[in-house]
Amino acid sequence: MSAILECRELSKSFGGVKALDGVNLSIEPGRVVGLLGPNGSGKTTLIKLANGLLTPTGGELLIAGQKPGADTKAIVSYLPDRTYLPEWMSVRQMLDFFDDFYADFQREKATEMLGRLSIDERMRLGQMSKGTKEKVQLILVMSRNAGLYLLDEPIGGVDPATRDFILDTIIRNYNPSAAVIISTHLIADVEAVLDEVIFINSGHIVLQSAVDEIREQQGKSVDAYFREVFKC
Amino acid sequence: MNRNFRSDLPIYTQLVGQMEQDIASGAMPPGARLPSVRDLAAELGVNPNTVQRALQELERAGLIYTQRTSGRFVTEDTAAIARCKQALGESQIKEFLAAMTLLGYRRQDIIALLREEKEEES
Repeated sequence: MSAILECRELSKSFGGVKALDGVNLSIEPGRVVGLLGPNGSGKTTLIKLANGLLTPTGGELLIAGQKPGADTKAIVSYLPDRTYLPEWMSVRQMLDFFDDFYADFQREKATEMLGRLSIDERMRLGQMSKGTKEKVQLILVMSRNAGLYLLDEPIGGVDPATRDFILDTIIRNYNPSAAVIISTHLIADVEAVLDEVIFINSGHIVLQSAVDEIREQQGKSVDAYFREVFKC
Repeated sequence: MNRNFRSDLPIYTQLVGQMEQDIASGAMPPGARLPSVRDLAAELGVNPNTVQRALQELERAGLIYTQRTSGRFVTEDTAAIARCKQALGESQIKEFLAAMTLLGYRRQDIIALLREEKEEES
């Protein structure tokens, strides 16, 4: 199967600072991938490059064989680490917004998931708790029928019940023809839902491996192995 | 089934172990229909491909079978289930004996202790 995301010698510098340096990687459809690295390792930069929010300084990044642009945005569903939706928007307005913007948005699916959580469609973003905000935005992003889901820190700073809901939503929306990339440093929480992990540090890919391969070969969890590799 | 996995073993091996246990004990009786991969994955909180891999392993071992249109079922081959139970039992005993040997017990002492235990029970 051909890669949904491919990076060849991908580099990105901000001024003189190299955020990504010669990254090569390939992600196949049907995989749930953890993009794991300490703060400032280049996770968000990589995700923003895949979104076309940043342009590479060197090398290339391809989404289903194409450079990021209008065509790839139609198949990439992105959950940013910080929201871009304004506080005054109600759930209904957000649904309308996604409906207008994305041809692959399945409104009934989103409505059904919101209903399960008893979230009132008249509620405004500004009225929601942090956990509810995260849940609503994840529902919107996962209700698209995309080829690549990019979730930047989806479980950062939420309570365990919200975290379980988020992981459950990712599992239930699993689609063998799409890939999901979850960037996080909370590895223990996501480990069981991942097929493979990418360790990134100081803009370099340190490792790309299947979760069960790490457990089999190292005799320890990915979380424990990560702590070993990134020991300060 | 339990959602807590050991950290030093692949998750799919642990799923296989849990399901073998459930089939051997009859918690999942012969001919019972298994939930879909997606439902099992959600219930267990694990990746669907991991569930798929565990099910393939059980299928290879002849403990479950797939019916093209209607899903996966526990085998009705009770001899196969009995063999699985026997193997699980034997490995439990081996583990137990290894732990007792480590404590310094000899075979005859262990047997004597087991007899005592049995008398207390009855």
